[in-house]
Parts: sequence; structure tokens; C-alpha cells
Amino acid sequence: MEYFVQQLVNGLTLGSIYGLVAIGYTMVYGIIGMVNFAHGDIFMLGAFAALIVFLVLSPIIGLAGVAVLVLLLAMLVVAMLVTSLWNWTIERVAYRPLRGSFRLAPLITAIGMSIFLSNFIQVAQGPRNKPIPGLVNNVYNIAGISISLKQIVIMVVTATLLAVFWYIVNHTPLGRAQRATEQDRKMAALLGIDVDRTISITFIMGAALAAVAGSMYLIYYGVASYNDGFVPGVKAFTAAVLGGIGSLPGAVLGGLLIGLIESLWSAYFTIAYKDVATFAILAFVLIFKPSGLLGRPEVEKV
Amino acid sequence: MAPGNATMTNDDIILKVEHLSMKFGGLMAINDFSFEAKRGEITALIGPNGAGKTTVFNCITGFYKPTMGMISLRQKSGKEYLLERLPDHEITKTAKVARTFQNIRLFSGMTVLENLLVAQHNKLMKASGYTVLGLLGIGGYKAEAKRAIERAEYWLEMADLIDRADDPAGDLSYGAQRRLEIARAMCTEPEFLCLDEPAAGLNPSESATLNKLLRSIRADSGTSIMLIEHDMSVVMEISDHVVVLEYGRKISDGTPDHVKNDPKVIAAYLGVEDEEVEDVIAVVESLEGGENA
Amino acid sequence: MAENIQNSARQDDSLFQKGIKEGLFAGAVSFGMFLLYIGIVTEQNIHNELVYRFRWGALAAFVLIAAVGRFLIVTVAQPWLAARKANAKPKVEEKGLFRKHFLKIALVFLVFYPILAVTLAGTQGSLKYVDNFGIQILIYVMLAWGLNIVVGLAGLLDLGYVAFYAVGAYSYALLSSYFGLSFWLLLPISGILAAFWGMILGFPVLRLRGDYLAIVTLAFGEIIRLVLINWTDVTKGTFGISSIPKATLFGIKFDASKEGFAALFGLAPSSAYYKIFLFYLILALCLLTAYVTIRLRRMPIGRAWEALREDEIACRALGINTVTTKLTAFAIGAMFGGFAGSFFAARQGFVSPDSFIFMESAIILAIVVLGGMGSLVGIAIAAVVMIGGTELLREMEFLKHIFGDDFTPELYRMLLFGAAMVLVMLFKPRGFVGSREPTAFLKERKAVSSSFTKEGHG
Repeated sequence: MEYFVQQLVNGLTLGSIYGLVAIGYTMVYGIIGMVNFAHGDIFMLGAFAALIVFLVLSPIIGLAGVAVLVLLLAMLVVAMLVTSLWNWTIERVAYRPLRGSFRLAPLITAIGMSIFLSNFIQVAQGPRNKPIPGLVNNVYNIAGISISLKQIVIMVVTATLLAVFWYIVNHTPLGRAQRATEQDRKMAALLGIDVDRTISITFIMGAALAAVAGSMYLIYYGVASYNDGFVPGVKAFTAAVLGGIGSLPGAVLGGLLIGLIESLWSAYFTIAYKDVATFAILAFVLIFKPSGLLGRPEVEKV
Repeated sequence: MAPGNATMTNDDIILKVEHLSMKFGGLMAINDFSFEAKRGEITALIGPNGAGKTTVFNCITGFYKPTMGMISLRQKSGKEYLLERLPDHEITKTAKVARTFQNIRLFSGMTVLENLLVAQHNKLMKASGYTVLGLLGIGGYKAEAKRAIERAEYWLEMADLIDRADDPAGDLSYGAQRRLEIARAMCTEPEFLCLDEPAAGLNPSESATLNKLLRSIRADSGTSIMLIEHDMSVVMEISDHVVVLEYGRKISDGTPDHVKNDPKVIAAYLGVEDEEVEDVIAVVESLEGGENA
Repeated sequence: MAENIQNSARQDDSLFQKGIKEGLFAGAVSFGMFLLYIGIVTEQNIHNELVYRFRWGALAAFVLIAAVGRFLIVTVAQPWLAARKANAKPKVEEKGLFRKHFLKIALVFLVFYPILAVTLAGTQGSLKYVDNFGIQILIYVMLAWGLNIVVGLAGLLDLGYVAFYAVGAYSYALLSSYFGLSFWLLLPISGILAAFWGMILGFPVLRLRGDYLAIVTLAFGEIIRLVLINWTDVTKGTFGISSIPKATLFGIKFDASKEGFAALFGLAPSSAYYKIFLFYLILALCLLTAYVTIRLRRMPIGRAWEALREDEIACRALGINTVTTKLTAFAIGAMFGGFAGSFFAARQGFVSPDSFIFMESAIILAIVVLGGMGSLVGIAIAAVVMIGGTELLREMEFLKHIFGDDFTPELYRMLLFGAAMVLVMLFKPRGFVGSREPTAFLKERKAVSSSFTKEGHG
């Protein structure tokens, strides 16, 4: 039982990270109907930004007491800013000119961007894994279950961000503009919504969440690599689809589920086949529920 | 009426719909709807917007599975099919029911001729030995392909599209696209043809061309037609039999003249209270009198 | 008159100002983007600790390039493009002699290509040209043509095509090393096995559309790769299977033995002969793929695929069984992937799961889309440009003289590949060849403009 709860905690931690990245996929998909394949690499850029900030700042302010908190905050904020800038630029340069064109064209530019970004980091920062010393190493033992401070930080930050994010989407004019653009881009434009700006902001929000996820990933595993964008990216995309692409709660649910599947499968079966299990369950769910768990079924009028 | 009609026995029923009901969630789109369509006739299904006409079509052509009811089709050969039990493509392939769509569904990136060849898929597939023999150049695929092109040419002539045969279907004018969709449906050699608002959005001259096409289909190919239509001039001019649907229920059924004068139909279309129906009839009659004079 | 000049001068002025403004903005944005990644580099020191150092020069160069680039785009490129658009005359398509006979010329060139390479670079020197360029490109041509059936014709977005390539490669590798079966027997078997897997994987996903289909095909591709990695008893996992038997020519082996090809024809032993043989083999396989695709397009099944891409519901209304139509597209596309896979195994003599990563699927899909979905010629051109172009980078040793000795052009291969994918799509969203050849005609064969064709929903 304790073992099970332990795995549950581990799974939820991992799932939080996937969920944060999945939101970026699902938002962009919802608003412009495009799979932003480069989103996983935005996540990786976030991890690298946090890594570099850590390297630069930690010798200056140290790792004691409040300093860690400041450092963490700095890592998060800088990573969010930098990746937002990147995602904004990518949208402007590679996706916006193709809006309204052939559906596969932006998918291909996104794949191209993904290849470009991971290779850019490989060339600029070198191909080796980049380890950092543990940032928060406290581990608490609650009723036989060990929870590290890292895990608590990850879950708290995720929950806070989700709350903020949920508020923005549902209770601000910006969120309303986003939802309107999602429903009908032309009509939204006719009603005076700046569609281009709304889409840009969506990309920025997605990137910021991915940056947080990237920083968390770095803190959790203590290492970053140029090709870290791919596997978590695919997992997060899987999460978004599993939850029903376009649905925000779906993305979070999908992320948590995938995190749980992974950790429980590794714990009770073989770690080698954990990804196989994830993908197989995805395929299985989609076969019976072709639009994901919380997605609206696609009804084509005859 | 068309000459072919006289030789048909009037009780030769091609399509029989019995107690058809279709429920979407809690909404009863079709409620205990029954009617019959006779062979060689043009049956019109009319009704106000949202009455469930297209839903009836979708049930007949297998795109929806009805919640309840039976749809039976009897071919000339005497073979009977229960359409609600067949998958959609089998309804076209074996039961020989073809359809068109309210919002035109052509293969717009393929040429007009190709559209008509796709419609002859099953026949050509068999002739090509399910691709294997055709790929090796064995068997009668070449001859059948030639016949298919001839059949397509025939329908292109009928639909007045022969000059556009090698143009992309998406390049045609709206009216021509409507005719092409009908020609394409006819290339499946149906016994029963369902047309969903064939005259919608057509100008008067296009409407006239369409009427000509529909009449010649009935006269030359012996195909029975059922159509959904809003344009009353089309309905009254070409149909032999009219069924009126309102809120998923049948409110009238009979000859165009009978339906035209049915107070319930008038009320449904004009949305008047029951007691006013008599007045409406009076107005309609006086208007008709004026037209005749 | 004078007013006009003044006006245009004022326009130039404002254009210049706009250029400066946008250039500065681009500089600022790029400073933010590159500060961390270019301005600072992280490295491990001798104690294996991560340290950093600044690279201000490189950062300055990046910012400068971005600012000046943006300035030039605004002041020079954009007005020029606008002017060209305004003055664009309806061009009469006058096909030159070269374009008219492009296919014949290309085919003749391909047939003589190895001979040309041997004459120009010598037997040993030809290896590079025949193998790295010729065979490498042709493998991708074949894979892209195979995927074209699924994506380009039937409009089913498949992101896991590399799985069938893997099935083909491992079928050959395993069956030849465990049972000693010959290449010529295993080539068709690999194709059939891949087609079989195409059906198995295709069946459950038939109901899925668009991006759901894409992710499930991606998932299946990954599942097959992960099984290859983890089923170590059979596949030897990440170590891969090595010393896979080579293909033979009518029983003649390509080795240094007495019965070997070189000895038999009295030639000096060289691995080049095997490569040349492989070149013709893959060329033949490509031609087979093209022939079958062209024939199939003119058959009912091929038309049904394209009709499916255009409108699935209309297909059903015309009595077309969309389930079998989709499955045949998956199966036939997979079959060509399987052929290519067994060829790949015979060429490398070694297969490992590393060759069948998602990136390969992405590259193949990119070639199909960049070439112009459905167009065999366009796809071949895209394969030559993308694969040939990146292979070319490996050869650019002279760049070392410019950028110094620690400059390795190979590192930039995929970077430029990604950038090229973006650029080509931006300028040619419909690919190199956008129009579609009709499969039948009454009077004249007119190409269908890409503005009419659809790309499918699933």
C-alpha cells in the first residue's frame, strides 16, 4: 500500500510536468488547429534557460536559505521570459505566414522548427548532458511515504499556475478573446478582437508554462540535454490527445494519467516497457473514444 | 406526367418507411414517421426548416442508424433490402440507393470525369480483379474502363457538362456542381435516387436545366427519385407525390394538389393559429384564381 | 514632376525609418533570445563540473545579423517582392526542352551515374558518390514514394511510417541470420510482412481522424522501436544485429573470395562493386514503386484513395468501402517501406533501433509534403534537395579553412535541414510541384491546380 502511494506521488509529480507542457499543445491546437511540434523543444529551451541562470547566479547568491528561493524564482522568471520570446518569434516567423494555408504546411514547419531548435542547442551548448547539483534536497517521511521537497515544489507550482491560468482563460477579457478566436476566428475578428495578438499571446502563455515545466524537469532530474525536448514533448502531446485535444482540463488530466501510468507500470511491471504501455493505452483509449477523454466529439454534418 | 409513368402499376412500391424514429440525445428528430414511395415517381419531402427532412435522408442512406423503425427497399428484380441493417456503402452498392448532399460534396480536386469514374468504383473494382489482375494487365479491366468512360460521357451529356469534362470539379459554377453531383450519383446506376435540396441556390435558368435533368432521369433510366426541396415551384412542377414533415412528424401526404390545399400544411408553412387556417385557405384560393385569370 | 520625386523621396525616407525601427526591434528581440544560449556557453571542466563562460562576440554577431537582416528585409526585399507581385504578368507556361524531357533525362542520368562516378573519381573514389549520395537519396525517394500513397493520395496523416521500414529491415536481418534465407526470397517476404503490419496497425485507427490518427501512428512507430530495443533475446536490443548477409547477384557473392564478383570478372577487389550493384538495385526498386503508384492511380483503388482524400462522406455515399480502401493504402504504403527496409539491412549489414527513430518518419513526411503531395517528380526533387543537400555538408571540408579547424560542418547538418524545411514551406506551402495530374481525360489532360485539391482529414 505504501509502495503504491509512493508511486502515486511520483506519478503525479511527473504528470504535473507533462500536464503543463500539454496545455501548450492543447491551447495552440484549440486556437489555430495546429499541432505545434516544436513545443517540446520550447520546453527544452526552458530547461536550458533555467540551467544557465542557475549556473550564473548560484555562485553569486549562494545556495543557503532564502537564496534558494530567490534562485528558484529567478530561474522560473527568466526561463519564462526567454522561452516566451522564442515562441513569439517562432509564431511570427514560421507559423503566421502559413495561417489559412494548407493544413500540413504549418505541421511541417513545426517539425522543421523542432529539428532546428534541438540542433541549435546542440551546436550552441554542446551535445553532452548538463548536470547541476541538487537544488532542494530535503526529503520528508510521512507515514512511510517519502516525499521530497522537490516534488512538493513541483506540485505546488503546478497547482498555482493552473489556478492562475484557469482564471485568465475563464474570467478575463483576454481569455474571452481566446475562447472567441477558438470558436470562430473570422467572426472574432469582425467583432473587433485582435486575432493576431490573441494568437501571439496564446503562444506566449504556452511557452511560459512549458518553461516552468522545463525548469521543474531540470530541478527534478538535475540534468538537461539538447534532445530532452523530444520524449517529454511526445508524452505531453500524447497527454493532450488522450485528454481530448483542445480541452484544457483534458490536457491536465491526460498529463496526470500519463505520469501515473508511467510510474505505476515501471513499479509493478517492467521499466523497459513503460513507454510502450503509455502509447498502447493511448491507442486503446482513442479506439474507443476517438476524441479523447474530455474532447468534444467531432461531428461532421452530412 | 412523364410517359414512362403510364406503364407502371401504381401500387409498385419501391421504398417503404415504417414507424421511423430518430432520437439525438433527448431530442426526437423524427417521430413515428411512415410513408411509401412508388417506383418511377418523383416523391418530394417538404417541410419547414428543422423539420427533420435531411435526417430522414440520412436514415435511408445509412449515415444514421434509426432509433426505431424499418426502411425497406424493393428492387425491380423483386429483391428486398432492409436499409437500416446495411452499412452506408452497401446501401449504395447492393441496395442501389444513391444520394446527393445539401452542401455539395464533390471531389473538388479531381476532374469532372474522374468524379464520375469514382462513382463506378465497385463495378470497375470487380473488373480489375480487385486491382491485382488490372495491375498485371490481365482480364477485362481495359474494356470495362472504356465502358465506364462512355457511361460517364452519357451522363455528362445529360447534365450538360460535357465541355467541362477535363476541368477540376471545384472550378465549376454552383449550378453545374449541383448537376455534376446528380450525374455522379446516377453513375452508381441507382434504382432510387435521393436528392437533398437540388435546387437550393440556383438561379431560374439553372433551376430549369435541373428540372429537365430530373425529368429525363425519370423517363430514361427508370430511376425513382425522392427529393427534399424548399423551392415550391420545383416541387409542384415535377413531383408526383409530396410528403410533408413538421417537427419530425408527418402532417400531410398526397398529390401536390392535395398537399397544397391541406390546411395543416399551410399552417405549418405560415405558422398561423388553427382557427385562422380557414382564412388562409381562402386567401390562397383567391390568389390562385388570380393567377389563372 | 518635381512633386513626384519629392513624394518618392519622402516614401524612401519613411521606408528607411521603418527599416531602422524594425531592425532595432529585431536586434532587441534577438538579444533576448540569444543572450543565454549564445552569449553564455556551458561546459564541463576537468572536474566534470558544469561551468560557464561568456561569448560576447558571438552574441554581438547574432544580434547584428538579426538587426541588419530585418532592416534589409524591410527596406529591400519587401518592396522588391511587392513590386514584382504588382508587375507580375500571367506567365505562359512554355516548357523548355529540358523540362519537357526531364523524366527521360533524369532516368538516363541515373542509369549512367555510377559509371560516371567511377570514370571521374576512380573505383575507390566513386564509393562516396554512389553510396552516400546515390543510394542514400534513392532510399529516401523510395520511402517517400511509399508514404506518398498513404499521405499524398489517401490523405491519411501517418507519423509512424518508419515502423514499416523497421519491420522490413528486421525481417531481413532476422530471417537471414537465423534461417540463412537469401535476399531475393526475403525481399518480397519483408514487403509482405510490412504490409501485414500496416493492416494490423491500420485497422484499429480507421475511425480516427486528423491529428488523432497522427498521434496514434506516431505511437505505433515508437512502440515498434521500443519493442526492438527491449526484446533483446531476438533483436539483441540496442546493440543491433550485425554481419547481416549481403545480397547476391544471381548467386554471385560480392566478397573477396574466388567466386566473388571481382575475381569472377577479373577486377581488383573493391567494395565499390557491391555499392554499384546496390545502387542499381535500389534504382530498380524505386522504379517499381513509381510504376505501381502510377498504375494504381489509374485504377479504381487509386481513384478511391484520392476521392477519400477529397471527401470521405461522398465516398461512402458512392458505395465505396472506406475501411478496405484505407487499409489497402496503409498496406501498400507499408509494403514499399518494407522493401526499402530489407534493402537498407542488406546495404548496411547492420541494423539497430537507432535507425528507426521518429525523426526518420518526420524527414520522410517532410519530403512528401515539400515535394508536393501526390507528385512523384516533386517528391524525388525534394529528396535530392533535402538529403543530397545535407549529405553535401559532410563534404564541405573547405569550410574548415574559413572557420578554423574545430569547425565541423556535420554538426550543422540537421540544423540546416530544419531551417530548410521551414523556409521551403514558407515560400512553397504546396511543395515543389503543386498541381495534380488527372488520371483520365476525355479530350485533353489538364493539370489540376493545387488550389482545388484537398489534403484529407485523417
